[in-house]
Amino acid sequence: MAAVPMFALAPALPEIVLAASALLLVLIGALRGERAAGLIEALTFVALLVAGFLVVTQGGERLETFGGSFVVDAFARFAKVMTLVGSAAALLMSGDFLRRAGINRFEYPILILLATVGMMMMISAGDLIALYLGLELQSLALYVVAAIDRDNARSSEAGLKYFVLGALSSGMLLYGASLIYGFTGTVSFAGIAQALQGEGHAGAIFGLVFIAAGLAFKISAVPFHMWTPDVYEGAPTPVAAFFAAAPKMAAMALLVRVFITAFPGIVDQWRQIIVFVAIASMALGSFAAIGQRNIKRLMAYSSIGHMGYALVGLAAGTAEGVQSVLVYMAIYLVMTLGTFAFILSMRREEGPVEGIDDLAGLARTQPYAAYGLTILFFSLAGIPPLAGFLAKWYVFAAAVEAKLYTLAVIGVLASVIGAYYYIRVVKIMHFDDPAGAAFTPMSAGQKVVFALASIVILILMLPGAPAPLNGAALAAARSLF
Amino acid sequence: MTVAAAFFYLFSCVCVASAFMVIASRNPVHSVLFLILAFVNAAGLFILMGAEFLAMILVVVYVGAVAVLFLFVVMMLDVDFAELRQGFLQYLPVGALVGVIFLIELVLVVGSFVIDPALVKTPIAAIPPASEMSNTAALGHVLYTRYLYFFQASGLVLLVAMIGAIVLTLRHKPGVKRQDVARQVARTRDTAIEVRKVPFREGV
Repeated sequence: MAAVPMFALAPALPEIVLAASALLLVLIGALRGERAAGLIEALTFVALLVAGFLVVTQGGERLETFGGSFVVDAFARFAKVMTLVGSAAALLMSGDFLRRAGINRFEYPILILLATVGMMMMISAGDLIALYLGLELQSLALYVVAAIDRDNARSSEAGLKYFVLGALSSGMLLYGASLIYGFTGTVSFAGIAQALQGEGHAGAIFGLVFIAAGLAFKISAVPFHMWTPDVYEGAPTPVAAFFAAAPKMAAMALLVRVFITAFPGIVDQWRQIIVFVAIASMALGSFAAIGQRNIKRLMAYSSIGHMGYALVGLAAGTAEGVQSVLVYMAIYLVMTLGTFAFILSMRREEGPVEGIDDLAGLARTQPYAAYGLTILFFSLAGIPPLAGFLAKWYVFAAAVEAKLYTLAVIGVLASVIGAYYYIRVVKIMHFDDPAGAAFTPMSAGQKVVFALASIVILILMLPGAPAPLNGAALAAARSLF
Repeated sequence: MTVAAAFFYLFSCVCVASAFMVIASRNPVHSVLFLILAFVNAAGLFILMGAEFLAMILVVVYVGAVAVLFLFVVMMLDVDFAELRQGFLQYLPVGALVGVIFLIELVLVVGSFVIDPALVKTPIAAIPPASEMSNTAALGHVLYTRYLYFFQASGLVLLVAMIGAIVLTLRHKPGVKRQDVARQVARTRDTAIEVRKVPFREGV
């Protein structure tokens, strides 16, 4: 470090800016009421951009503050930028939908902002207490936005279901954290790693299982995935779009950080858990999505499957494995945001539609949208030259290098089966007769996100284009080891 | 020493007796009042142990908030507890069995409970003796320094809870009359008073 005097809380500056702007926006909203909804939405977007700028300009070195509870390293920066992109894009494309549905409350962007603060706290957590507080801040805001359409029974059901199951998972996580604290005498990740060197840590492994269960709920990995389809379907579509992107990124980053930095001494024990969860998620994501008729439910099962593929990289437990997880999550984020930008625009004169059959003949009524969506769906399926294939290639390569051959083979098989339902949607768009009138035109925000996502997926096909992403992810992964 | 012992027996006897009365009294309002008495005596026991912060929290949170909330609920819901208790004897054997099992397990656990001496040596910072620093002061020393981050983060969590409760439940009803101070002050003689010429001897 140079001898430049640094403001002691500078590592947390992006979070402080976001939290302070949330407080300010609550005040504006309380004084001006619902008239301020548009203004607050715009200011929230600006605050997210400013935070992203601050994260990027923090430099490359590892910073700590609050006595080691808050860690900023290359890994945290990578995950934070992705999370902020996810939140900002979700906000950009949701305004139009919320206004038409009559639920554009001024609290919505503020809750998104506070959830984002929680996610960034999770990503930077340096001990178990910071982990739990970040997770709770994020989850509480998410419970509320799931139920934001409070006059709609399905939205309320989604919020309630998510809340009850989320509280249960938080309980399991806390129980695990208390066991870990009891058996190692410390809550800091570095201290836990130090205490768990050598052999025989049955008690700590017991706690680790509970922590894994609590975190698996947050990324909707398989034994803890039940809430996902119902919440995606019941919550308003902009909320589902938000749920599918930023919180998944943050929770996956937290999972990676906890397992890699706090439990490096017992890799063989936690690898079994991750391998099981990954196989179960990939299998369920492939099979259960086949029978779906609602595109939001389809995306829910798709996200369960994608979390399974990302966990394959973590199971490797190496720097290359973590790099592949980060690349996978970044590409998943782009694909899912683009797809949801289109789902948000699925609207006829009489109101929004969500059926897969409503996409029939899209290639004739809206060719540009159909080709963009085709690119995104082929990428989600992992068809070779596209970005989704690259992402899967990296995670399976990391698994093979770690000699997890069975896991890699099962993953490849699951992705072949999963390709069926993505390609089926493409077939319906291109070869079926139009089901009804064309959809109403997309809003500007949805167009921007949809077009950008399709273009990014196309650009990543060019030789050499994924190199900067890989380089950033590798630097991020190295900072954990 | 003897004074402390006397107080200990006083607090614990009253505490156990009032705890028993909570389940034994026929009137639910009396039950809640006995519960409050039990809490206050437990707080006294905490003070005797030197845990004055826990004692204050017990009084402020449990007596001041939770028990009063119970009292409201009991008085508002008007539950007929006599009726609720009618099937009590029917379930007594099962309940007694579960209770006995728990008692046996408790005895087994307490009887064989040993703290591994290897675990005891781990505290990171030495705990100062009670004569040097009280619990409340010790908490105050770390709460706003070492644990500032957690304190602020908890504040944000509570803010989200508050916003959430308002978003999900507040409804502005159209017919409600509210006081608007600005409008009251802005009233002038012209807007408030209407002068009418009333014809003489004809009324309005």
